[in-house]
Amino acid sequence: MDYSGIFTYMYTETALAGVIVATLLYDLIAGRRGRRFFHGFVCFLMLAFIAGTIWPYSSAEAEVFGGMYVYNPVYGIVKSILAIGTLIVFLQADTWLRREDTAFKRGEFYVLTLSTLLGMDFMISSGHFLMFTIGLELASVPLACLVAFDKYKGNSAEAGAKFILSALFSSGLMLYGISFLYGTAGTLYFDDMGFMLEGNALQVMAMVFFFAGLAFKLSLVPFHLWTADTYQGAPTAVTSYLSVVSKGAAAFTLMMILIKVFSPMIQYWQLMLYIVIVLSITVANIFAIRQKNLKRFLAFSSISQAGYIMLAVISGTSYGMTSLIFYVLVYMAANLAAFGVISAVEQHSGGKLDMDDWNGLYKTNPKLAVTMMLALFSLAGIPPFAGFFSKFFIFASAFEEGFHVLVLIALLNTVISLYYYLLVVKAMFINRNDTPIAAFRTDASTRTGLVLCLAGILALGIVSSVFDGINAFSFGCL
Amino acid sequence: MEYTILILALPFLSFILLGLLGTKLRPGVAGGIGTIVTAAVALLSWWTAFSYFGAGRDGSGVFQTLIPWNTVWLPFGGGLHIDLGIMLDPISVMMLIVISTVSLMVHIYSFGYMKGERGFQRYYSFLSLFTMSMLGLVVATNIFQMYIFWELVGVSSYLLIGFYYTKKEAVAASKKAFIVTRFADLGFLIGILIYGFYTGSFSFTPDAPAIGAAKALLPLALGLMFIGGAGKSAMFPLHIWLPDAMEGPTPVSALIHAATMVVAGVYLVARMFPLFIDYAPGVLHVTAYVGAFTALYAAVVACVQSDIKRVLAFSTISQIGFMIVALGVCTSADPHEGGLGYMASMFHLFTHAMFKALLFLGAGCIIHAVHSNEMSAMGGLRKYMPLTHITFLVACLSIAGIWPLSGFFSKDEILAACFRFSPAMGVLMTFIAGLTAFYMFRLYYSIFWGKENKALHQEHRPHEAPLSMTIPLIFLAAVTLVAGWIPFGHFVSSDGMAYDIHIDWTVASVSLGVAAAGILLATWMYLREDRTVADGLAARFSGLHRAAYHRFYIDEVYQFITHRIIFACISAPVAWFDRHVVDGFMNMLAAVTEKVSWGIRKMQSGYVQRYAIWFLGGALGLVIVLLLAI
Repeated sequence: MDYSGIFTYMYTETALAGVIVATLLYDLIAGRRGRRFFHGFVCFLMLAFIAGTIWPYSSAEAEVFGGMYVYNPVYGIVKSILAIGTLIVFLQADTWLRREDTAFKRGEFYVLTLSTLLGMDFMISSGHFLMFTIGLELASVPLACLVAFDKYKGNSAEAGAKFILSALFSSGLMLYGISFLYGTAGTLYFDDMGFMLEGNALQVMAMVFFFAGLAFKLSLVPFHLWTADTYQGAPTAVTSYLSVVSKGAAAFTLMMILIKVFSPMIQYWQLMLYIVIVLSITVANIFAIRQKNLKRFLAFSSISQAGYIMLAVISGTSYGMTSLIFYVLVYMAANLAAFGVISAVEQHSGGKLDMDDWNGLYKTNPKLAVTMMLALFSLAGIPPFAGFFSKFFIFASAFEEGFHVLVLIALLNTVISLYYYLLVVKAMFINRNDTPIAAFRTDASTRTGLVLCLAGILALGIVSSVFDGINAFSFGCL
Repeated sequence: MEYTILILALPFLSFILLGLLGTKLRPGVAGGIGTIVTAAVALLSWWTAFSYFGAGRDGSGVFQTLIPWNTVWLPFGGGLHIDLGIMLDPISVMMLIVISTVSLMVHIYSFGYMKGERGFQRYYSFLSLFTMSMLGLVVATNIFQMYIFWELVGVSSYLLIGFYYTKKEAVAASKKAFIVTRFADLGFLIGILIYGFYTGSFSFTPDAPAIGAAKALLPLALGLMFIGGAGKSAMFPLHIWLPDAMEGPTPVSALIHAATMVVAGVYLVARMFPLFIDYAPGVLHVTAYVGAFTALYAAVVACVQSDIKRVLAFSTISQIGFMIVALGVCTSADPHEGGLGYMASMFHLFTHAMFKALLFLGAGCIIHAVHSNEMSAMGGLRKYMPLTHITFLVACLSIAGIWPLSGFFSKDEILAACFRFSPAMGVLMTFIAGLTAFYMFRLYYSIFWGKENKALHQEHRPHEAPLSMTIPLIFLAAVTLVAGWIPFGHFVSSDGMAYDIHIDWTVASVSLGVAAAGILLATWMYLREDRTVADGLAARFSGLHRAAYHRFYIDEVYQFITHRIIFACISAPVAWFDRHVVDGFMNMLAAVTEKVSWGIRKMQSGYVQRYAIWFLGGALGLVIVLLLAI
């Protein structure tokens, strides 16, 4: 068997595995002096990794390991986006990781996070349900450890428990569904299965169970209930990773598998997504309005954002694929900026995360407040920020396929979402506070992360070549 | 010629830099940065012109249209896309020179004029923004890019008119300018959309089959575009914003409201000229009538104004009317056959930009010296300000059309083109040229001769302006003296081939005679200290005089239409609908959401076992729904 594909088509995963090993070794070998540069070392490795893997190896699709692993340039783009997101999370996590109670296990954080990234990469590139499941589990189990990272603090341990229990449950259901598929189709290869499905009752059930597994990762309603508790309890860096990188990977994989495998059942999954989208956006919005804790608030916001992402999936077209990738990219910039600000404030104010505590933040920390405001504007989809354009594209992709009422419902929900996003802005800028959060200075690492996000928020929508570039690749993909 | 991108990039960077740093820079430094950048832009523009025209004509005898830089900015489906780029052709290169030169003069001049003003840095950053936008407008590769920069120009004009934002009149004037031009731009936008939709491109020169498909709608599209042009170029009845715009600083008036922005409409028509002449000659002639009426109306009003900047404002409106008329009377693309007006219009645009900027800058020196815009505060100023006096006189002679100044040559070509179109148009425009000479010399005598306001001048002795202000005057006067001898037809003509300007001496002698008559009449009425004739005439025809002084009540008509008709009959009901129905719906949405969210909060209980039940129940529910529904 020819294994050269490991180094050619599989270069992203191979390189990432290298990064993980290097990080692990550094953690083991480095002395006290060396540990001071741990963060810089990891960020540098990530940067090198991104720079080395961002250009596609070839423009044609290829298979490795007899079709278990599929290479496609558009997967490469998604993986690069996820890697960039991870790097930004690392940048913003540094303040937290330097704290005394976490500093000694910094290496674990990096290695665990990178392992989940590796899992997601495998999941995206899978061409076989076995590969997919392994990737998914590799992306889930370390995440549970990460959620419980601050295990002696607050609700981190509880959040971890809830996460792992829900994840187990969803995995079980999903594997159950996959076994049905195997039973009816006789194969687990994506390409072959596409021909075998006919849409009988068992297969519909299998598809929904499979979907539930990914919908859990995406936290779509009604598979979302773990989200708020986990997001609130997990360390903020982990929450931001969960809400962006993990979600982006799941959304892309879902769309790819729906199109590749379940294309004969398109009317079923379009109806399914229709229901889930309406539920997710609406229910999440309704809950988001009531939230007082900012992390919990962003948890619900991210549920409704996942609903919007599904609008791109429902079209099932390559234009939808482009819109999805673009949406994930833009959402990443905005959400990481929001979480970056939250994390900075949390670390410097002794964990103040209630909206009332944030009253008058603009007076004391104007730059952070403005960053937060721009991030929320982008999430709400206000022009000229990138979020407007990304929403526009997903709406257009769904509209073109005839989902007019759905787009209308989504539009109405953006009005509600605007309301609760502005609530935070109002707290920071307008509400008075006798004891506002004191002024502080964030460190260079956090600032770099925030500046990267801001650049994304401001530039991604206006620089049209980003969308066009993604579009060029995703036309090749489908 | 990729370096042409710097022509846009430099002023943009300067705008960002000055805008962001603001008062952190010392005023002198801010002004210095702005001026140096503009000087670089001017040098680049001149170099571009030199190498562009120096490269010579191609085989078919025209200057090639170059696109040294282009990028597809926003692609739509079906081959339609919006580009951003730089296009060089004879008229855009000519405009580069005009804009960068006048802008440089204004930058230098403002050092003296704006000295000590609050917001000096802001002023220079806005000037940079304006320069960038105007340059971007003229080098646009397509109609949509032109529109983008067109609006940017509108914004920077708004910002500069309202520069003295603590002054109520300035704020009102800036709003008026913005709203009126924006209203006209609506026509422009609709025109562009029709054009883009039916021809399938925003290019200035679409393919022949595309045009064929859109033939029936082209006149409509072009007519709507002209409405936008009429707004920016202050054509009647959209001219009302320009006189008020004089509330801005005087150098701004010189740059924006005399030399560059207000000719954007003329430039637009010239840019679309090949389409106008082939597919919508009727619309083109309508523009000629609009232009002629505007020229007449503005000239009459200019005869009785007492604020010197308003006189110049109306004179500008009138002169732009001349340019529009010259374009409108074209009947073919051949300059020998009835396309003369195109060249004449562009030539006049060029010469007018120089001498009108000179007039405004001169007026600025005068206002600087006597601290008033009113003629009554002036008179006899020639003793105090010799340099301003001489340069102002040069400009007045030029606009009056006296040989051998630049205005004579360009105006002569316009009149010749008008006579070729129809004798009536020729006679009318010649008469207006006479009026021009009259009101300009009325202005000149009232400022520099006539009865001196001794009381005021004793209290505050008028003085010559500082060097930074007089150097631009001298430069522009020199240009005005020699620009007429430029073989303009060799650079710009309607079919792109070289065209020799030859002066039609019958037309020229008539127009010279009329101009001389106008000047003599003004001399007789206004040179002496007592103005019995002028005052007598004003008293005799008091109704006409008052009507003209109040600009024939056009502003009042607008006031009536907007307040009594639009506000009362349209805006008020719309506002009611918005407040009660639209807002009511949103409030209902909020109230319902609030209610529901109380209702279902139990779902999020915190017990992970319940979450699992929801999870399983949700999945099974979906299965059932799917199986039942399909």
